[in-house]
Parts: sequence; C-alpha cells; structure tokens
Amino acid sequence: MSFNMLVTVALAYVVFLFLIAAYAEQRTRRVGGGWLRSPLVYTLSLSVYCTAWTFYGAVGYAARSGLEFITIYLGPTLVFTGWWLLLRKLVRVGRSQRITSIADMISSRYGKSNGLGILVTVLAVVGTTPYIALQLQSVTLSFGVFAEPGGEFWAPADPASTGLWVAAGLAVFTILFGTRNLNSHERHHGVVMAIAVEAVVKLAALLAVGIFVVWGLADGPADILARIDASPIAGWEVEPTRWAGLIFTSAAAILCLPRMFQVMVVENTDEAHLAAASWAFPLYLCLMSLFVVPIAVVGLEQMPPGANPDLFVLTLPLKEHWDGLAVFAFLGGFSSATSMVIVAALALATMVSNHVVMPLYLSTRQESAVMSGDVRNVVLRARRFSIAGVLALGYLYYRFTGGSVALASIGLISFVGVSQVLPALLGGLFWRGGTRAGAAAGLMVGFAVWLYTLFLPSFGSLGPFSTEMLQNGPFGIHWLRPRALFGIEDMDPLIHSVFWSILLNTIAYCGVSLVSFPTPLERLQGAQVVNVFEHTLGARGWSRGSAEAEDLLMMAQRILGATEAQALFQTEAASQGKAGYLPDTTPEFLDLLERELSGSVGSATAHAMVGQIAGSSSVLVEDLIRVADEAQQILEYSNQLESQSEELERTARKLRDANQKLTELSIQKDAFLSQISHELRTPMTSIRAFSEILREGGLTEAESNRYSGIIHDEAIRLTRLLDDLLDLSVLENAQVSLSLGTARLTDLIDRAISASGAVTELRSDGGLDIRRDPPSETLNLVTDSDRLTQVFINLIGNARKYCDAPKPVLTIRVSARDGRAVVDFIDNGSGIPARSQDIIFEKFSRLSDQAAAGGAGLGLAICREIMARLGGSIEYLPGQGGAAFRVTVPLAAAEAPVVSA
Amino acid sequence: MGKRVLLVEDEPNIIEAIRFILARDGWTVETHSDGATAMDILTASPPDVLVLDVMLPGKSGFDILRDLRAHPATGSLPVLMLTAKGQGRDRELAERYGATRFMTKPFANAEVLETVNSLHVGAPGTV
Repeated sequence: MSFNMLVTVALAYVVFLFLIAAYAEQRTRRVGGGWLRSPLVYTLSLSVYCTAWTFYGAVGYAARSGLEFITIYLGPTLVFTGWWLLLRKLVRVGRSQRITSIADMISSRYGKSNGLGILVTVLAVVGTTPYIALQLQSVTLSFGVFAEPGGEFWAPADPASTGLWVAAGLAVFTILFGTRNLNSHERHHGVVMAIAVEAVVKLAALLAVGIFVVWGLADGPADILARIDASPIAGWEVEPTRWAGLIFTSAAAILCLPRMFQVMVVENTDEAHLAAASWAFPLYLCLMSLFVVPIAVVGLEQMPPGANPDLFVLTLPLKEHWDGLAVFAFLGGFSSATSMVIVAALALATMVSNHVVMPLYLSTRQESAVMSGDVRNVVLRARRFSIAGVLALGYLYYRFTGGSVALASIGLISFVGVSQVLPALLGGLFWRGGTRAGAAAGLMVGFAVWLYTLFLPSFGSLGPFSTEMLQNGPFGIHWLRPRALFGIEDMDPLIHSVFWSILLNTIAYCGVSLVSFPTPLERLQGAQVVNVFEHTLGARGWSRGSAEAEDLLMMAQRILGATEAQALFQTEAASQGKAGYLPDTTPEFLDLLERELSGSVGSATAHAMVGQIAGSSSVLVEDLIRVADEAQQILEYSNQLESQSEELERTARKLRDANQKLTELSIQKDAFLSQISHELRTPMTSIRAFSEILREGGLTEAESNRYSGIIHDEAIRLTRLLDDLLDLSVLENAQVSLSLGTARLTDLIDRAISASGAVTELRSDGGLDIRRDPPSETLNLVTDSDRLTQVFINLIGNARKYCDAPKPVLTIRVSARDGRAVVDFIDNGSGIPARSQDIIFEKFSRLSDQAAAGGAGLGLAICREIMARLGGSIEYLPGQGGAAFRVTVPLAAAEAPVVSA
Repeated sequence: MGKRVLLVEDEPNIIEAIRFILARDGWTVETHSDGATAMDILTASPPDVLVLDVMLPGKSGFDILRDLRAHPATGSLPVLMLTAKGQGRDRELAERYGATRFMTKPFANAEVLETVNSLHVGAPGTV
C-alpha cells in the first residue's frame, strides 16, 4: 500500500466529514435539528475527550505503566455519574448566561471581568498548545509508519512538512465549519455531527484492532489473560498517591478543558441529554479502553524491542499485512486527532477573539459598535485568524519539541495546566463569596506554580531550565527546586505539581476572596450563578440584542413598580407624540430612565443597565431583568429591615408608654387611697366626736337633737360614699352585667327627675326648675334603663347641688343624630371653669368643698364608666352659659333610619 | 383674756365638734376655713395654740405650717396638726415642717383637749 494511497484515503475521509458536516448544518437550518439533537449525538461529541492520546497513547501508556492509563477515564466517569451534582449546574449556568467558553464562564461569574477572561484564555492557550502539537505529532507519526512499509521504525521522510499540511488542513476545516456564522449560542451543529461520526469511527477502529489482536494474533480471551499474566505489565503496582492524583486531574480536566467545555456546555442543546450521557459516556470510555491492555501486551511480545508502543495499534496490523485494518486504524487515529484539534481550535479561537481581539479592536475604534453587521464581520475574521493562530502555535510547539516527549506525559502536563481553572470554576458555582480578585489570584498562582514545576521543566535541558537549576534550585536556593518545592522530595513530579499548584491556587482564591470586596455586578453575577436553579426555568425564548422599549418597560416595572414605570413611559410617549406606553428609546429618554432607576438601584447599576442597552446590542434582556430582580430582592430585604426596625421602635414606644402609664397608675393609686382615707375618715371624725359628746351627757335637748342629727347625716354620707366606691369598682372592672332592653327616653327622664327629687334634699331652697320638651323625647333606646337613669339622676342632682343661680333652671334638650340620641343637661349657673372641664370626670374631683357634704366626687366618674359600658358617651359641653353635660346613647335600630332620614 | 386657740379646718361638722370640746374647757375658739388666707389671720393676732388641718381649700396645711415657722410672729407657735389621710408620709412631713404635735382623724375628744392643753402649758411665756 503506497503512501499516496493513504493520503488519498485520508483526503476522501475528510471529504466525507465535510459532507456530513454540511448535511448537518443544512438540516439544522431547514428542520431545526431533529435527531441531530439527540442524546446519542451529544454523548458521541463528548468523545472528543478521547484524542490521539487515547487512541495511540493509551496502548503506549499501558505498555509503560500498566493499568495506570485507566485513571484518565475514571476521573471523567466519576464526574459524569455524579452529573446532577455539578454538570447539571454547569450546563444550566452556561445556558442561562449564554456562556461561549470556559473563559467567558469565569469572566461572567466574576462580574463580567475581561481581565479574568484574558487570564483564562492565556492559560487555555498555553495549556492546549502542547496538546494540539501532540495531535499533529500523532498524525505525522502515523503517516510515517505507512511511509516506511513495515513500520517498525519511525522515520518519516519529512515529518515537519507533513505536520504543516495536517495543521493547515485542519485549520481550513475548522474555519469552514466553525466560523460559517455567528449565533448567540456559539453552537456548531455541523462540527458536532462530524465529531460524532469520528467518534464512531475511532471506537470501531480500536475495537477492530482489539478483536484482531485477541482472536487473530492470540487465541481468544483466555490466551490473552495468560499472556497478560506473563508480560511485564502484570508486574506494575498501583501507586495510590499517583492514582488519586491522576483521577483528580482527569476529573478536573474534563470540566476545565476548553474543548470539553465547548461540547459539554456550549454545544449542549438540551439539559436532559446530560442524564443519558451520564451512563453512555462512561460506557464509551469503557469500550475505548477495553482492548488497550491486550494490544499492549501482544505488541510488547511480538514487536521488536525499541518499537514505539504508542504505535502498536498501527504497527501490529501492518506487521501481519492486514493493510485494510491498518488503514482503518489509521483513520481512527486520524479521527481522534482531528476532532480534538478542530474543537480545541474552535474553543480557543472563540476565547481569543472574544476576550483579546474584540476588546482590542473596540478600544481602537472611537465610534460605537452599534452597527452589528460591521462588528459581526470583524468577529468572524478575528475568529478565523485565531483558529489559524492556534494551529500555528501548535505546529510551532511540535516543531520545537517534536518527538522529544511521550504522548501521555504531554497530555498530563496539559491536563494539570487547564485544571488551574477548577478552584475558580467550582468556587464560582457554589460559593457566593468568591470574588474577581480571588479568582485572579488563584489562577495566577496556580498557573505560575504549574509553569514552574511542570511545564517548563518538561522541556528538559532544551528548555529554559538548566539541569543544574533542576538539581539545585534557582541560584542554589534548595527549597525552590522545581520538582521538590519547599523541600518535599521523592514525590512523583506530576503529582508534586498537581499538589502544589492546586493547593496554592485554592488557598490564594479563598484567601483573596475573603479579604477582597466584590463589586455590585460581581455580587449580582455570583448570585445568578450560584442560585441558577432559582432564577432559571430552563430554556428561554429571548434572543440577544432585542432590548426594545417594551423590554425596558418590563425592567423598569420591576424596579420602579408597575404604576410608576407605566406613568413614566406613557408620559414620555405622549411627549414624543405617541399613544400608548412605548416611547422611542431616544438618548433623552434613556437619560431620564437612568435617573429614575438610579433612585432605586443606585446610579452605577442604573448606568450600567441603561448604558448597556444604549451602547451596544450585546446586552441580554434577561440579564437586565435578572439584575432588576436582584435589585428588587435587595430592596425588599432592606424594606423588611426597615419595617423591622420600625416595628422595634413601635414596640419600644409602646413599652415606654406602658411604663409611663404604670408609673402614673401607681401615683394615681396612692392618690386614690389617700383620697379614700380622707373621705372615709372625715365623716368618721364627726361621728366619733359627737357620739363621745353625747355619751358624756349634760347637753340641752336642742344640742342633743342637733348632734345626733349630724351623726345621722354623716353616717348616710359614709354609706353613700361606700356605695359609690363599690359601684365604680364594679364598673371599672367591667364586672357589671347590663340588662339591655328597649326603653323610651322620656320615661327614663321622668324617673330620674322624681328619684333625684327624693334624694336631693340637701339644698334648702329646693326649687330647681326643670324645663323639657316632651315631644322631642319620644325616642326609643336600646340600653340598660336603670343605669342610664342613674346617670340622669346624677346630672340632675349635680344641678340641684351646684347650680348657683338665684333661680336655678335646668334645661333638658333632646335630639337625634347619626343613630344616637343626644341629651343635653344645661343649667343657668356659673358653669365650670375651662381649666377644670377636663378633670371633672376624674375620681374625687370635687371642685369646691363648700357643698362637699353632698358627695365624694365620684358621681361623674361613675357616669363616664356607665356611658362607656352602654356604648354612648358623656362630655362637658362648653359655651352654654351654665354647666352643661351632653349624654349620647344609641337609638333602637328601628328608630335609626327614620331619624337619620 | 383667757387662752385662745385658732382652728383652721374646712369640715363644718368637725369645726363644730372641736369648738364644743375646747370651749367647754374654757378655750376661746376661733375658726377659719380657707387655707389661702390663714396666714393673714395668724400673723395679725397669733393665738396661743393652733389646730391645723392638712386638707384645706386654697392652701394645704403643710404649706401654712412651713410659712408660719418662717415668720417671726409665729415661729414658735405651738401647732397641733390634724390629718385624715393617715399615712406615714404625712407624719414625716409634719415633723419636718415643725409641727409640735400630730394627730390622725378620727380622734378621741379627750386626747385633743389634753394635747391642746399641754401645748398651752408647755409654751414659753405662759402663766
């Protein structure tokens, strides 16, 4: 089989891939994907994890280190079987935030920081370039095997030019299918489909070689097992530290590798595909590694010593002159290499163009980037150049280090490099406290340690580190030796690097995050990412750049409240001469809106929100709305706090009032007891004094009569006082039971007048003229008639006792208003001075002692209590020319409408 | 002129009782009911003994006591204070303001008489 033939087959295969990709693109455009968007295609596209390193390198790895190659598959298997823990969140965030790459992910999480984006991009480019070189190397190697039939020695005619052609070809393919168009999701159905097909080809090829080895070269599984036992591979022992380190590294890599992020998160069309991939992808990895050990064992056995074990997959069939199988195996390896390079180049190009080229381009142009057509062309061109650049870098790396390092170790170095993103990624997903400064510090520390301990030493003496320096540390500083940092020796160089880089990276990330303060945007983004499941409900229908007046209105409503926002927009629309709520988004209006919003969310956020819409079309409406939601939550929270402190203040005020009241009550109680004592002891004093006088005898008849009369009166006074006190006490304690019934007002007044005439004999002149208007008194009340009569008696009695007019007249005036009977008792005396009008209803508030014999000053206090119980009131009515009291009491229900009408 | 007592009290029945008790023993009893003007009467013609109620309209008995102790004409006048409030606090106040004796209503007639007499005998400058 000629070399030219092989080239023809390879080219034909590439053309086949072109057709597949073109078909997929066309189908997606026409019918929207269909079965192309199945979990199967998603899972197969994930197989981009299995590169030429897997296809060729795993056998070599097994030949060198036994079963250790398995660790590279165990890590991803763990990550995928626990998909709902981590991957689900990662994919949800990626979809909801429209993430375009791992650099975008980190940048977006930490407040859309482009600095972080650049950092991750650099890290990714540095970490991936050796990997791309590795793929070029493997393709070149495999060509070389065919170039020299027999393939036992690696001696291609011109490896450099082969690599160049391969690199150029891959660049063309990637540019054609990766940059055909720009869409908001950075999804590339054609590329994904081609990769899925390649996944099938490489799996089938490896299985075919495996079957050939097991059943063709050996005598079936039993024979193979016996051969494995006999081979040196069986002697390899598991080193727990190295295994744990490698599993960790590969698990980290599948999350952080730019190409894995591309197919896993960016190209994901449906979150549910993850569930299928969680078992299907580990199964794929399992099948890929099934025949690795048999091929390695048989290869070691049958190939001459010194043959490159990395190429056993090709050289074994060739040795047996199974050219067809060899070509198939070649195509499998070719598929592995090309799919990796294509996706990696695509992912890196996206990062480079989005985080490096575009910001530079925009900063060099003063005018705004509103004209989207213009910008889109720039982006596409930037991306194409980036792809070419990435592949050129890979090729250059290959040219400089070509053949010097085994495939597997290049892969691992690359893995550890990109794993430095892990702390910032995981912290960003699960810890709101992670900040931009922390992420930057962690990335830089981890990157530096990786460069120092693994990447640069990997060049050996050809690299910047001299052997002398590797042995004794820089400038002879022993504890800085790249492979024994801080004096930790006897550690596997790779594990040493993983340990120190991830440890210091994590410490730097957490430490700096804790001491640094996040910007508002960082906090918002952090909340969006960490709480992604609370904020998103799966796919959304919004598309990038559709921020219109209506969207602004929606956002404004969430911040300003619906009514206010609508009023604002309506007013603006009206001033523009438009009807409805949607004005044109003129600069003036945007300024106005920004000012309005800044009142609620602060000027910086408002400026960012409105400024983003006004400045470019790259803002996402749901981003704005999410910011608005967050602002709303913050507002609500602060409102809650405010109301809580108001509540506290209210409670404190109530306590103060209650305390004040208690103090007053205590003083009142003392005063009350003192008053009672006085009121009781005063009549007692007279009774005792005169009874002693009477007992001593020797008095005239008139004196005896007079003194016993005084004793009698004072005894009555005492009794009445006690009655009043008990009455008041019962009323005040609300123990009184009212016997409510319908009563006629005029009857009650009649009763009161006759009763008060009987009990108010103290006034010698006696002639109180009571004036009434009986027709007005024909009102029906629902009340306790005895209690109400008691109030009337008291008022009439007061008039009899205290009215100081020469001809005392009491006028009783009745009216009805608002469902109540209003009864005024007005006498023609000198009335009650204004300053005393407030206190007459207090207990013992007798105004003068001149007529003190009448009572203890509890009458009006009792009246007030009674009226309160009856649902009415009693108050002093000033300005009537004499003492005037107004009693109001509810009317019977039937009476009410008639009266009010 | 015999022994003269001034009774400052506002309850008519109590006035009548005390007047009867003291008059029967030979005292000339003068009475006054208004707290506000009591000092004027006192300083115009100081009595031999003053019987002073606490609860008075216009001015309380304690205020009158404090004023009369500060006045040269009445500074050493024997004073019997009467109160119906009967609280320990009132006794303290009476002592602080310089009452000679203190009694709580109701009182025994004999005790009042005895006290007033003892105040008269104990007073300086009496015969």
